[in-house]
Amino acid sequence: MAGFRATSDGVTARFAKPEAAIIRDLVAQVVELVVADMQAPDPDELAAMVGLSESAEVPDDPVLARLLPDGYRDDPEAAQEFRRFTESGLRSAKVESAQMLLQTLPASGGRVRLSSEQAEAWLRSLNDVRLALGVRLGVTEDFDGLSEDMVADDPRYAYIQVYQWLAFLQESLVAALS
Amino acid sequence: MSVAPAEVTRAETSEEALVGRPWLTIVWNDPVNLMDYVTYVFQRVFAYPKPKAEKLMLDVHHKGKAVVAAGAREAMERNAETLHGYGLWATVGHDV
Repeated sequence: MAGFRATSDGVTARFAKPEAAIIRDLVAQVVELVVADMQAPDPDELAAMVGLSESAEVPDDPVLARLLPDGYRDDPEAAQEFRRFTESGLRSAKVESAQMLLQTLPASGGRVRLSSEQAEAWLRSLNDVRLALGVRLGVTEDFDGLSEDMVADDPRYAYIQVYQWLAFLQESLVAALS
Repeated sequence: MSVAPAEVTRAETSEEALVGRPWLTIVWNDPVNLMDYVTYVFQRVFAYPKPKAEKLMLDVHHKGKAVVAAGAREAMERNAETLHGYGLWATVGHDV
C-alpha cells in the first residue's frame, strides 16, 4: 500500500482486505486490554462525574503500564494521585480513538478518507498499537539489531514486519497532516 | 469512596510557596514513538513553531529527555495528561 496522502477533501489511503483485518484486530486487542481491568462504575456519583478512580496503582501488565504511564517519576505519592485523577479519562480517550478508527476502516478494506478529527484519532490509535507491540516484542533503540537477529521462524517475526509497516503508515499520516 | 474537598484541592506546601520553583513538563525518550510524530505532537499540543518542536524532539531523542513546558503545577499536569493521550512518556517535576 502507498500510505496516506493529503487531498483537497481530507487525507486518504487505500487498504487491502488483509491489511484492514490486521489493523482492526490489533486495535481491538488494545481496546480489550484497556477496558479489561477498568473499574466498575463508581457508586459515588461525584467521583464518577469528575473521572476519579479508586485505583492508583501502576497496571501489572507492562503494555498497560506503558499506555497509562506515571505522571511523576520520583514521587510515588504524587504519581498515585495523578493516576487517580487522570487514568480513567485516559482509558476512555484511548477507547474513543480506537472506536473512531474502527468506524472509519471497513473490514473489507478499500479507500479510507479522514477528516482532521478522524485522522487525529487514527494517529493516537495507531500509536497505541505500536506502543503495545513495542513492549510485547521488546523493541529497544537498537531496533535493527532486534529484527536482524531474529530468525524467520521466530513467532515474533511476523509482528516485527507488522510493526514496521504500521510505523510507515503512521509516518505517512503525519506527513499528510503536516 | 467519598471525596472530601480537602482531597480534591492540593495544598501547596510551605516549601513550594517559599522557594517558588516552577513546575516542569518533561518528556522522556522511548524507542517506539516516531520522531516526526513527536514533533507533530509538540506542535499540536503547545502550538510551538516547527523548528522549536523539532529541537525539543531531538533533545528527547539524543539526551533522553527534554523540558517541553514550565509553569504552574496544574498546567503541567494537564500537559502530561494530554501527552499521555498521544502516547508520549511525560512526567511533571521540578528537576530535569
